[in-house]
Amino acid sequence: MKKTHYSELWCSSPRFWGGLTFLAFIILLGLGATYYMEHQGHWVTGMSNQVVWGLPHVFAIFMIVAASGALNVASIGSVFGGPMYKPLGRFSALLAIGLLAGGLMVLVLDLGRPDRLVVAMTTFNLKSIFTWNILLYTGFFVIVGLYIWTMIDRKVNKYYQVTGYLAFFWRLVLTTGTGSIFGFLVAREAYDAAILAPMFIIMSFSFGLAFFIITLISAYWWAGRTLGELRLAKLKHLLGVFVGAVLYFSMVYHLTNLYITQHHGVERFILLDGGVYSLMFWLGHVLIGSIIPLFLIYSPAFASSRFAIGAASVLVLMGGFLQLYVIVIGGQAFPMNMFPGKEVVTSEFLDGVVASYIPTTAEGLLGIAGIAVAMTMVAVGSRMLKVLPENLEDPKDLEHA
Amino acid sequence: MSNKDDRPDMKRREFIGKTVLAAGAASVAPGVLLTVAKAGGKSRGVSSDVRYGLLIDTNKCADDCTACVDACNRENGIDLVERPKGQSDDDWNAQRPQWIRKVQLKDKQTGEITNLPMMCQHCEFPPCVDVCPTGASFKRADGIVMVDRHTCIGCRYCMMACPYKARSFIHQNVAQQLVNAPRGKGCVESCNLCVHRIDAGDMTTACQEACEKDGHQAIVFGDLKDPDSKLAKLLKTKSSRQIRADLELNTGVRYTNV
Amino acid sequence: MPRSTGIKRFAGMLLAGLFATLATSAQSDSVVTPGSKAAGMDTCVAPTAEMRRYHMEYLKHDRVETVRQGVRGLKNSLADCVDCHAAKDGNGGYLSINADGQFCDRCHNYMAVTLACFQCHRKTPADQDASSAKTSTGNQGHAFGLLLDRGESAALTAEERAQFQALVREE
Repeated sequence: MKKTHYSELWCSSPRFWGGLTFLAFIILLGLGATYYMEHQGHWVTGMSNQVVWGLPHVFAIFMIVAASGALNVASIGSVFGGPMYKPLGRFSALLAIGLLAGGLMVLVLDLGRPDRLVVAMTTFNLKSIFTWNILLYTGFFVIVGLYIWTMIDRKVNKYYQVTGYLAFFWRLVLTTGTGSIFGFLVAREAYDAAILAPMFIIMSFSFGLAFFIITLISAYWWAGRTLGELRLAKLKHLLGVFVGAVLYFSMVYHLTNLYITQHHGVERFILLDGGVYSLMFWLGHVLIGSIIPLFLIYSPAFASSRFAIGAASVLVLMGGFLQLYVIVIGGQAFPMNMFPGKEVVTSEFLDGVVASYIPTTAEGLLGIAGIAVAMTMVAVGSRMLKVLPENLEDPKDLEHA
Repeated sequence: MSNKDDRPDMKRREFIGKTVLAAGAASVAPGVLLTVAKAGGKSRGVSSDVRYGLLIDTNKCADDCTACVDACNRENGIDLVERPKGQSDDDWNAQRPQWIRKVQLKDKQTGEITNLPMMCQHCEFPPCVDVCPTGASFKRADGIVMVDRHTCIGCRYCMMACPYKARSFIHQNVAQQLVNAPRGKGCVESCNLCVHRIDAGDMTTACQEACEKDGHQAIVFGDLKDPDSKLAKLLKTKSSRQIRADLELNTGVRYTNV
Repeated sequence: MPRSTGIKRFAGMLLAGLFATLATSAQSDSVVTPGSKAAGMDTCVAPTAEMRRYHMEYLKHDRVETVRQGVRGLKNSLADCVDCHAAKDGNGGYLSINADGQFCDRCHNYMAVTLACFQCHRKTPADQDASSAKTSTGNQGHAFGLLLDRGESAALTAEERAQFQALVREE
């Protein structure tokens, strides 16, 4: 069996430093936007007492969900014993850490009182799923850190299997927790559903793998290393399965709601009347996020096109982002039905009307800065540590990677 | 047998090891203690022998009257929160804090009109308390659900969780506050049944007082657990219900004729 | 490692210096603003040195009791601090207690500790302005400055001051 040689990612200095400078610039813009929002108060954002979680939260949840899924490739290599995936394990773990860090950064900076982060990290209400998420995210960093260590350091390599299993189960719990943030809310018709937890898990698989494919292709192009067709095809087909599964879960969620008379209002809103939300659902989630990528992945016309794989991954991410936008913001925009059988004639607190939410530039800059932080961590990590195999050519003997 | 030329470069490993140790020490050193937020339980202070609530008779609630809303705004310093310069009407209405609001309903089938004030329902099993990550949203022993703004981090999860949309977030810097109602940017707040009055022995809420003064007497405040209180007696004789009763939150605020 | 002795020595001296600074009380002269009620009193809640070091601990303890258990009229009331320590502004009103150069700022600025209390809490004593809560049965003697009726002045008379000090000493 040929031994995989890992080495630091090397590309010409101007390219590397140029890329880092660009990312740093985006991060600075985001931090400036955060300072503006924190200093003035949230009145400068589009968020209100009706739509309390906005664009930053969509970005944050998107990245956190993707982080958990990005570790999937490593899990397949260790837990499920897939030899073609094993060399990708280190990079997968690095990407997971980077995405989670970026997502958490956005989440924390959008708090009404980010100066109270210490309070959030020390005072816990154990009945709150939010608290459990905080504990799970912290644990994720520790466990994935240990996981990477067992992969890189030969001395602790014997713990590789154990940490692999631990990481796998930990992130299943973590993503279940993230989905339950919404699933546990009885108040809103769009939430309050147990299916949200497994739906978030399958979304994590899909977004995480899409992120992984894009960053892998980019990294290898950047450094001029070879990436084998067969390995990429395996990743592509896996992505296809996940995208199909996400579509299935989404279908079950909406079909069930359509059967329940009580939920007809919110379903009509999301699928038909919701204006921008309906558009995002059909065009974004269904068409751009699911159908077109499935076509790009499975159509024989694109079987050997690397561009198609990259494009499919990008579209999956775009569609996933829009799907989360509909879930998070569309779910809040639809009014709560406090008085069934009655319609609200007047209310100064905007009861009974669809809430309007227009994201502001500052919120968008904060969200994008989170992605930039993730990419920076991945870039610096790849450059400093031996996480990327020098050569990912397809093995000549397919039984041994 | 170690051959010095074969040894891997130890400097990087040492650097990483030392950095991780330093980071670990820096995060543990301040003596950060894990404290689990607990609610009430001490011997002095309010006890669970009482439970405060409201009864609202929507038949007596008048059409264009906002006496309770105005009184609450004045009592709790909400009218001291100023609109940020240049903000539109729509945005201001969507973002300003409101602890109580008047709602007018029309039955979709019969066309019957109902007026009622809506505020925090002071549930026995408040979803907002369940979801608060720091335990800032809490239920006092006497049933009043409120926010400890010293611990609130402004995550707004309680606002997502409240079935009655009772909570408001302060979106801007607040220049003036009343002593009774501290309020600042970045924290969440909601009706606290005029807890400053109750703790001082004055058993009326501002909304109840204003409604009485205006002659409607639609709001009755009292102790749900005291069988001799006006509130308990009314609840025994009138047919009242909770809003969103199917959620089984056992609210402290009840309504009749809706 | 013989190479690091210089670094070790420097770090040791730095830490020792920091501890030494912490051990001394840096400000020795009074920061009580002239024109405030406190200027006319010697001590109030506790001796000055003790207040300087522990006022946050006292406030934190009492605020938990007040907010979570509804115990009012405690010794370490922030509103009472404001009542005594806010300086008059010469127009019949008061200056904000956390304004530059005022009571809180004079120590907090020097110690570079952010003052977050008055982002939410009232910065001047409550007197004759927007509605304060009315107590139907009158003050029970514990509510100095906290629940003033309209028109009631915040300044303590000699009798009230004696009452207040007796209250403080007995707790």
